Amino acid sequence: MNQTAAPPPIEHQRTVLRDGLRLDSGQLIRPLHVAWRSYGTLNADRSNAILICHALTGDQYVAERHPSTGKPGWWANLVGPGLPVDTDRFFVICANVLGGCMGSSGPREEMTDADGNGLGRPWGTDFPSITIRDMVRAQKMLVDHLGIDRLLAVIGGSMGGMQVLEWAATFPQSVFAAAPIACATHHSAQNIAFHEVGRAAIQSDPDWMGGRYWETGRIPERGLSVARMVAHITYLSEAALTRKFGRELQGGSALTFLEDVFQVQSYLRHQGSTFVRRFDANSYLTITRAMDYFDLATEHGGLAKAFSGTPTRFLVASFSSDWLFPTSESRTLVRALNAAAARVSFIEITTDKGHDAFLLDEPDFHRALGGFVAGAARDLGL
Amino acid sequence: MMRPPAPVQYVAKNMRLDLRLIAEMIPERARVLDIGCGDGALMAHLVTEKAVDARGMEIDMKEATEAVANGLAVIHGDADTDLAFYPDDAFDYVVLSRTLQAVERPREVLSQMLRIGRHAIVSFPNFGHWEVRLKLLLGGRMPDTETWSRPWYETPNIHPCTIVDFVALAEMDGHVIERWLAVDERGLKAPWRRSVRLANMFGQQALFLLRRK
Repeated sequence: MNQTAAPPPIEHQRTVLRDGLRLDSGQLIRPLHVAWRSYGTLNADRSNAILICHALTGDQYVAERHPSTGKPGWWANLVGPGLPVDTDRFFVICANVLGGCMGSSGPREEMTDADGNGLGRPWGTDFPSITIRDMVRAQKMLVDHLGIDRLLAVIGGSMGGMQVLEWAATFPQSVFAAAPIACATHHSAQNIAFHEVGRAAIQSDPDWMGGRYWETGRIPERGLSVARMVAHITYLSEAALTRKFGRELQGGSALTFLEDVFQVQSYLRHQGSTFVRRFDANSYLTITRAMDYFDLATEHGGLAKAFSGTPTRFLVASFSSDWLFPTSESRTLVRALNAAAARVSFIEITTDKGHDAFLLDEPDFHRALGGFVAGAARDLGL
Repeated sequence: MMRPPAPVQYVAKNMRLDLRLIAEMIPERARVLDIGCGDGALMAHLVTEKAVDARGMEIDMKEATEAVANGLAVIHGDADTDLAFYPDDAFDYVVLSRTLQAVERPREVLSQMLRIGRHAIVSFPNFGHWEVRLKLLLGGRMPDTETWSRPWYETPNIHPCTIVDFVALAEMDGHVIERWLAVDERGLKAPWRRSVRLANMFGQQALFLLRRK
């Protein structure tokens, strides 16, 4: 098991932007690769485009079978023909984030010099520090490349929600409607702390090799798996864990005082082991740091200022049992939007499924988001 | 001061009476905040009939979700705490229909309404109605009427007031009453149009249009 090799490379559809991207850190990534998928048809005046932003470990395969795991798209219950984000009506785009490992520029891709020449090795930990705003700028370059001036909507949950907020704050004229879901305007100390445990797990795995694991062909499987296990606990609520597993034992009715007796243990291990087959450890380090740096208020000189005079309409939604991005964070955002006299809708969905709820079948959330998108389309005359 | 209200083109048949009367007071293209908007019936009416820029606030999550699903800009929020976050003069009209008697601090809510809006429209059930007075006088128990139908131990209406009480509060806090009317449940406005005291006796619902001094 410890000798797991890196997954075979997959061909992702991607756009190469020759001029590259200047990062918040001042560094230049040239050329910039943006891997993306789209669903539906762009209309003649290019006004029906919706951008979906994915979360930390998500990717661009939002509404189709995943090429490496074979699983349905991560938001296939929300994005598709006749669904709340209706691909019969809208042109839906989802791009792999900058720093990701599904074809966009990131630690797993070939390192380039300032002139854009390939150096014959992956970036690894030499990939520069990036921010959520860098991710959004990369997406903006793709959207510009597609000739789209204004997106009908930008929608995302968790880290995707952070990108939505960054889109609205940085490119307000390019976003007609924004739906930041289950997120916050900054990463809290608790959020950062959990990420740090995950990073420490990866870095303490001898197979990580100081980030140069591509040299051995192995991957820091144990560290990445532990990182995923810790993170996965934060995505669920106590009630959800109790409902799913309680104190149920593995294949027995009495405690035997052997290892791995509880069902929740094998569940977490399974989560960890499937994750390492599809995700890159250095990408995990890069992206979690970008989330930790995120603080919209500091970036824009105050929250109200980030949105002052915004032409964008918002739907903010949170989930009652989400303790990673609790409703109080969404309420802070809503109050800042009210202070900016923005047109904002806000609901908290009652659920015991924790942070994960944004990905699951939550009918009230789906109805609300569908109504919000349909309302925006109606007001644009689509 | 006040723009003349546009004539009502169309009135939703199943819309609550006080909402229909409120809609008549709001001119086209106004910026409106509807506090306690429920599922957004008034907002939807104002948007389609008067091209109003309507925002809503609702404390009941189910109703707020319904309104958002209908494409309306509604936030889940509480009038007692959330009005403070809006800037001055954000709206032309701030509406509070049948909610004043249920808020924690009605006086503060009224002041906030007239800070963030140039006008406030307030409707409330009149506790001074003769039936209420008679039931308390003769039965000696909390009145149980068509309007006040919940028992005292579970009513959300913690701050009932009469029309005379409301006029006195407006005067005390320097709010100008531009228009007012009292109606019974069936919407008959006469015959106590002029007299506050008569309205206080016979009106089941009161509706006030206020502005700042």
